[in-house]
Amino acid sequence: MHKKTGAALLSAIIPGLGQFFNRQWLKGLVFLLVGSAGIYFIAHDLMGYLRGLITLGEFPSRMVKVGKLTRMVEGDHSIFMMINGLMSLLALLFYTAFHLLNIRDAFLVGAARDRNEPIHSFGESLRHMGRRNFAYLVLAIPFVAVVFLTILPLVFSVLLAFTNYADPILPPAHLVDWVGFGNFKKMLSLDVWSSTFGGVLTWTLIWAIIATATTYIGGVLIAVLIHQPRVRWKKLWRTLLIVPFAIPNMISLLVMRNMFNNQFGPINSYVRALGLEGVAWLTNPFWAKVTVILANMWIGIPVTMILAFGVLTTIPRDMYEAAEVDGAGAFYKFRMVTLPMVLFATAPILIMQFAGNINSFNVIYLMTNGEPVNPNYQYAGHTDLLVTWLYKLALNQSQYSFASVIGIVIFLLVATFSIWSYRRTRSYKEEDMIA
Amino acid sequence: MKPKLTEAFKTIGSHLLLIVLSFISLFPAFWIIMSSFKTGNSLFSDSLIPKNFTFIHYKELFEQTKYLIWFMNTLKVAALSTLLGTFLLLLTSYAISRYRFKGRKTTLTALLVLQMFPGFMAMIAVYVLLNTLGLLNSHWALVLVYSSGAIITNVFVAKGFFDTIPKSLEDAARMDGASHMKVFLSIMIPLSKPMLTYASLMIFNGCFVDFIFADLVLRTEETRTLAVGLFRMVNQSNSTEFTLFAAGAVLVALPVTLLFIFLQRFLVDGLTAGASKG
Repeated sequence: MHKKTGAALLSAIIPGLGQFFNRQWLKGLVFLLVGSAGIYFIAHDLMGYLRGLITLGEFPSRMVKVGKLTRMVEGDHSIFMMINGLMSLLALLFYTAFHLLNIRDAFLVGAARDRNEPIHSFGESLRHMGRRNFAYLVLAIPFVAVVFLTILPLVFSVLLAFTNYADPILPPAHLVDWVGFGNFKKMLSLDVWSSTFGGVLTWTLIWAIIATATTYIGGVLIAVLIHQPRVRWKKLWRTLLIVPFAIPNMISLLVMRNMFNNQFGPINSYVRALGLEGVAWLTNPFWAKVTVILANMWIGIPVTMILAFGVLTTIPRDMYEAAEVDGAGAFYKFRMVTLPMVLFATAPILIMQFAGNINSFNVIYLMTNGEPVNPNYQYAGHTDLLVTWLYKLALNQSQYSFASVIGIVIFLLVATFSIWSYRRTRSYKEEDMIA
Repeated sequence: MKPKLTEAFKTIGSHLLLIVLSFISLFPAFWIIMSSFKTGNSLFSDSLIPKNFTFIHYKELFEQTKYLIWFMNTLKVAALSTLLGTFLLLLTSYAISRYRFKGRKTTLTALLVLQMFPGFMAMIAVYVLLNTLGLLNSHWALVLVYSSGAIITNVFVAKGFFDTIPKSLEDAARMDGASHMKVFLSIMIPLSKPMLTYASLMIFNGCFVDFIFADLVLRTEETRTLAVGLFRMVNQSNSTEFTLFAAGAVLVALPVTLLFIFLQRFLVDGLTAGASKG
């Protein structure tokens, strides 16, 4: 039998054995230790956790008669069972990867021995790994962080959409169950839910379109305005107009909410000073929507302005000169030279901003908190976006499963737009430029 | 004669427009600064510039609220997250941009997909997770979540930046026998200073601004960050402490804003680097 098959087989049975067979003692020991810990875990805990993930608990908390006394017995906690189940699935995945790696290593070293090549010492193996697999080493720490702090929670949230984890079914008093697509069906067919869903979704899309268009057009126009050769103190104007971007938006939005206060805010007092009646900025459904768009313009225009500046400085002067020779006026130059150049360079960003605006939580939450309240809506107000509705559902109403459904809808929405645009960006395509 | 006149007219017009726009852009900041110097505690005032200036609210801020503690908490969380987050971001974007390894495309796609989930959808889950791990009410939880989140939000900009650094630089160094580590530390990091500044500023600012997650995790007044403290000040008591909030807001926003304006150049570079991907 070849040494490579022997080593691989041994390692497949017990991690590390193949390495021992290959006379790589230290390496074998490392593999053996990690492997036995893994096998112990699989044999001892895994099945219980996986079972928990499937059943989500069998016994709710209940009163049990012990002799003459009735005692509260703690039942299964479905949510913890779910998390533990997920974590052990993940651990199993990691272990499988490790096991395969171990077999592969034994096989490769065995093959080298078949060819009568010298075997690496432990130190050499480590150095070799540092050279060959530098990228993996570098990525290991971020990988673990992202898996545990982003992916695991996301998977958990997505799973919640398929359970009935919503007030009043809250553990530990109740057991949560899998309900399949039940929540999605309710969202679409049950009247209280579907009318809110439709309304909020429509407003979210309208909001994203208007918010993107206004900040984009505003930003480009301001950049062009400053970029005119006749304008002096360019740096000063740019700095002054960048200020809204520089102020932490959490602060500026809270400030703006007070500025737009119907009774005491300065905006209405100026309007009244002009002899007009004040506008119900935040309490009238229509004006509340106008207000959040205005606030968003104030925050968002500087970003586009900065981007447009970057593009404008790269437009070669001779293009304008050529246009002038042809007798083009200022407006014509803008339309034929500036605008196409700016549009071309910033189009991918435009789509990203649109996708981002679908999720602009802060603007809505801090300015209006979704209000004014809409009596026809289920836990939502006139200005609520899908994101803020999700937030309210989860944190104020404990409707976790419905919140997760909304989260998935938002994801689908954003993904549709983003994938389409990202696939066209240089950063994503294989980079021929550095090859 | 006539073209000159219209030219002058246009010049004046443009400048007038810029003055109006600058006024709009600065007004909220100006108003909140003025409010912080106002006597009394209400939102209402007859004039923009208060008749008598007072520093009482700034004093109150330090004497009656836990503002100083909040400030230190925020600084601690933001500094640690920025350090850790920038480090993780650097590792990720560098490896993805520079190395061709198995699973690279998958990694890219995964990062892309992760970016599209609403950020705090995972929040509830993280909350339950932290609860099971007993990490609730701890600043470390915030630091960990912020820094791993920083990878997701900034990786494409950072990667785009690394892509623009010519490969020949590294090859030359490798020819001279430099190791991967050496190339990374002495060539790539110094060259990526603008991007690092941009990214760390973004992460730092994110920590200053976030109040949703912080509010969820931090349970006691002593552990709160500024954003949470200020948000509660103006949110729960229905603006009765408005001038106090104004003073607090000025003290937070001023340093951050100045930092941003001071580092403007890097910001412009960073944003355009991210934009020119197209």
